[in-house]
Amino acid sequence: MILLWGSNARETHPIFFHHVLKGVRRGAKLFVIDPRRTSSAQWADVWLGLDVGSDISLANAMGREIIAAGLANKEFIENATSGFEAYKACVEKYTLERAESETGVPAEAIRQVAHTYAKAPRAELCWTLGITEHHNAVDNVLALINLALLVGHVGRYGSGINPLRGQNNVQGGGDMGAIPDRLPGFQHVENDDLRGKFEKAWGCKIPPKRGWHVSDMLLAMERGDLTALYVLGENPADSEADRHRALKLLGGLKFMIVQDLFYTHTAELADVVLPGAAGWCESEGTVTSSERRVQRVRRAVPLPPGTRDDTEILFELARRLGHDWGKPESERIWNELRSLSPMHTGMSYSRLEKLGGIQWPCYDESHPGEMYLHGRLWQRPVLGPRAPFLPAEFEPPVDQLDEQYPIRLTTGRRLDSYNTGVQTSRYSSPLRRDEALDLSPEDGTRYNLCEGEKVRVSSRRGSVVAPVRFDPGLRPGLAFLTLHFHNQVATNDLTIDAVDPKSGTAEFKATAIRIEKFQER
Amino acid sequence: MDLHLTEDQATGAEKAAVDGLLGLPDSGWEGGTRSELGGHTALANSARRDQLLPVLHAIQSHAGWISPGALNYVAVRMNLPPAEIYGVASFYAMFSLSPRAPIVAYVCDDIACLARGAGEMCMQIEKNLGPAGSSGAQNHTVWLRSPCLGLCERAPAALISAAGEAPREYVLAPATSSSIQSALLDAKSGRLAAEPDALDANISVPQSASPQLRLLRRIGKVNPSSLDDYRRSGGYEALRHAMQLGPQQIVREVIDSRLLGRGGAAFPTGKKWEALLLQRGSGRPHFVVCNADESEPGTFKDRILMEGDPFAILEGMTIAAVAVGAEKGFIYVRGEYPLAAERLTHAIKSARAHGFLGQSILGSSIHFEVELRRGAGAYICGEETALFNSIEGYRGEPRNKPPFPTQAGLFHQPTVVNNVETLVNIPGIILEGGAAFARIGTENSSGTRLFCLSGHIVRPGVYEVPFGATLREVIDLAGGVGGTGKLQAILLGGAAGTFVSPAELDTPLTFEGTRAIGATLGSGVIMPFDDSTDLRMILLRIAEFFREETCGQCVPCRVGVTRQKEALERLIERKPFRSAAQELQLLQEMAQAMRDASICGLGQTASTALLSAVNRWSLFS
Repeated sequence: MILLWGSNARETHPIFFHHVLKGVRRGAKLFVIDPRRTSSAQWADVWLGLDVGSDISLANAMGREIIAAGLANKEFIENATSGFEAYKACVEKYTLERAESETGVPAEAIRQVAHTYAKAPRAELCWTLGITEHHNAVDNVLALINLALLVGHVGRYGSGINPLRGQNNVQGGGDMGAIPDRLPGFQHVENDDLRGKFEKAWGCKIPPKRGWHVSDMLLAMERGDLTALYVLGENPADSEADRHRALKLLGGLKFMIVQDLFYTHTAELADVVLPGAAGWCESEGTVTSSERRVQRVRRAVPLPPGTRDDTEILFELARRLGHDWGKPESERIWNELRSLSPMHTGMSYSRLEKLGGIQWPCYDESHPGEMYLHGRLWQRPVLGPRAPFLPAEFEPPVDQLDEQYPIRLTTGRRLDSYNTGVQTSRYSSPLRRDEALDLSPEDGTRYNLCEGEKVRVSSRRGSVVAPVRFDPGLRPGLAFLTLHFHNQVATNDLTIDAVDPKSGTAEFKATAIRIEKFQER
Repeated sequence: MDLHLTEDQATGAEKAAVDGLLGLPDSGWEGGTRSELGGHTALANSARRDQLLPVLHAIQSHAGWISPGALNYVAVRMNLPPAEIYGVASFYAMFSLSPRAPIVAYVCDDIACLARGAGEMCMQIEKNLGPAGSSGAQNHTVWLRSPCLGLCERAPAALISAAGEAPREYVLAPATSSSIQSALLDAKSGRLAAEPDALDANISVPQSASPQLRLLRRIGKVNPSSLDDYRRSGGYEALRHAMQLGPQQIVREVIDSRLLGRGGAAFPTGKKWEALLLQRGSGRPHFVVCNADESEPGTFKDRILMEGDPFAILEGMTIAAVAVGAEKGFIYVRGEYPLAAERLTHAIKSARAHGFLGQSILGSSIHFEVELRRGAGAYICGEETALFNSIEGYRGEPRNKPPFPTQAGLFHQPTVVNNVETLVNIPGIILEGGAAFARIGTENSSGTRLFCLSGHIVRPGVYEVPFGATLREVIDLAGGVGGTGKLQAILLGGAAGTFVSPAELDTPLTFEGTRAIGATLGSGVIMPFDDSTDLRMILLRIAEFFREETCGQCVPCRVGVTRQKEALERLIERKPFRSAAQELQLLQEMAQAMRDASICGLGQTASTALLSAVNRWSLFS
């Protein structure tokens, strides 16, 4: 069984979805949980169209049903987990009837997905931004992890929990320490021993406290604590929720450097722009995919004039600031990482080449890498700490619907475009169409609209004008926009910057809007 | 599946036809009406792929053609790409994907009917109604030429099919141009009889008075619609006995009977059953399939059995199911047999109502369900693996073998597939024992055989004789050669069979006897032609038949059947490419290529009849 939760992988992870389809062809059952009946959902045996942001209610009701039906994996719970009683008490409140009223999904369908998941010999639970772009993102993820622990769908071949990554190297970014509280190899910066190891190797002091994530940085800019920003390969001027606020804050910085392949909207606001190199064809190094596989990338074409490799820029910057790091050779940098990050130690360039990539952890040069994680949970007695159940309670989206803002807007992506379009808007695609507000045909009738007609879309924060398009994959009261074309429709003028305190992610997926016919003057 | 549909919408009638089979759609996502409150869940319907052929039948018979809108609706209801459905629908001759008059007369112009005046009849219809395919009567009717309709004992024949709210099918045999035209008008005004046909044993089974019949003994004597009458005539005694014997012993009896398959390939039935018996307990479901896609030109014996003794087929299938451990069976009846389908459907219903099918058969722990499927005009679907694909809802293209049906057959599970006549032999074998059965006939050909006599014969019909009778004896049994009374040639085994000459009349009609003269019994066709017949035109009709019926999968067959027909035309027109001898050489070579490189019997035998004639007579010198 494959359970896609808050993921339209057919469009947003098309390569991964090919593998899903192979599984479907071989008889795997596909369940898709998504407010919209997306093109992924159309491939599903069962689609559950929950109301936006009601995931925890659905997950907890599934958990309750699994326990009540005696389908929980008692052996696994007893021997490999902790906190089950608290979880059980938490989900006890989430009856199928309650979940039906909170999610809109018929109780029978919830029961079906719960039973199928619990009884499947192997099950993959995959999610994407439908789970994480919420004000309670971490709680959403915990609710799903609890389900996997409840039936033991972790740490086994073919069973696992998979957050699908958006780029070929998002995982690699995290692995290398591009997270406010981690050093390379997920080593906590606030752990004195670990930090000490890096300080010794690098011959310098590292700040002992975690840094800010993007949402913190915006708050710090508001307070005036953050006045200079160095942006590498990001386009926050378009990608941040509540875009008016983000633009004001970025514009108010004393100094901003943008290092990017393209002259983005953010670069337009910068004091200095450093043209970088394309990682996948103009640089030497490695990338790490969603399945933790580290692979080599090689320079295939020479750099365009006036640009430099990203590491070369960083090295040069360091040199000008008084630190000579030598020549920026990718293998030397990689070997330094291997000496500091135990999970990468066994991955020499020659092995990466020979094996076509290695999945971390890989502790030494005889280690083949791990196809899946958490296998230790099946050792008896369990190796290392038990996996904790962390109960999560349902909380509706912050931006609530009312008479003034009666329609739920959710945002997402399409097959032909990527995020704010920095990498995709410069070439044409036969699939691409201009941005439009997707509405259900019923709402089209209700507002007396025809396809292509322009409407004013307003949220509590801003308003935009967009043509409408009817999508039978939406039900009445649900609308959809992408964030691909900010020049056409600045979607993030509408979204709310309610942020999950634990992850720093904003609630892009749930905005209350109203629509009105637009009169052009 | 994310379906990409055209804008075309299905009409209410088309939707109703589909919904009649699949039930009403659950939600707007599946083609139903969208509701304001719904839209929170949807289930895929892709598991019902094997309903595709019945669904297409329903649309064709209600709407008269399968419109793009109807294709879209089926796509949504069944979660299948429209191109896939188009591929399946366009495979079958009886489905029309372009607008067509709802009332169709299929007029047989195949060899048996040609021998009985179909050529002149078609010319007359053409004169009155225009060439085949042209619509008449304010675009409500159309006539089409058809390959063999399996009504050869009453040739020439036609089948009227009237699409509409209450679809009707009606058989005309013997037909005349005026009876066909008035049937078309009757259908248009709604006056077409509800009953498609009636079986008159006096005509179709001339031996029916004979007490020695085994397979045909009930035809014309026992009401085929009455389960009680069937039981009063000894029906279902064999099943009771078989259940006492148990699977091992049933299979033993069938092996001992040395029964060979009667569909044409003459494979030992017991061997097939044994292969499944050995796989019992493997956890895989087993299937029993009755191949009733009797499409070999000149063959109609299975039709007579289905129309005249349908319960016997069900009893044979049920005994097979008991032996091989199958819980599900299919009967695949060719689309041109409305009465056979009707009788079998009725028989399945009554057998189920009386505990001879369904759950706990005769109070035992054995379950067996039978489903009837109708073909839609495709000779190739008589090939067993093509038949599986057709039932499963795919184009009826043969599969590579191995794996054989007993390993991976219907739905890729172990499957026994038997011909109708083969199955009707089973109850007798069970009741009297395999050894007793093996004593009938000859050493290598046990039992009796049904022969389909048509063409130039005095009393055409189905004849049952013990193996061993000679060709001459069987022709004499049917009153001798008809027409001019002077025999020119006999076609044995149908279009895929062999022509034999009057000099070979004393050949015993056994598997071994025919093999000795390089011929085959095939499906039991015996079709004499008198000395007035232009054999070349018969050969041309056979060549046209194969050109129409190739599925096109194997290149040698796809290309070969067309080139063969063209070469034959050149020879007939006396305009050979280079010389007649070279054309004949070319035909031999193409035949070899088709034999070597076609995966199924169609391509392998597409030249057999032609070459047998060329080798026996100097037709083109």
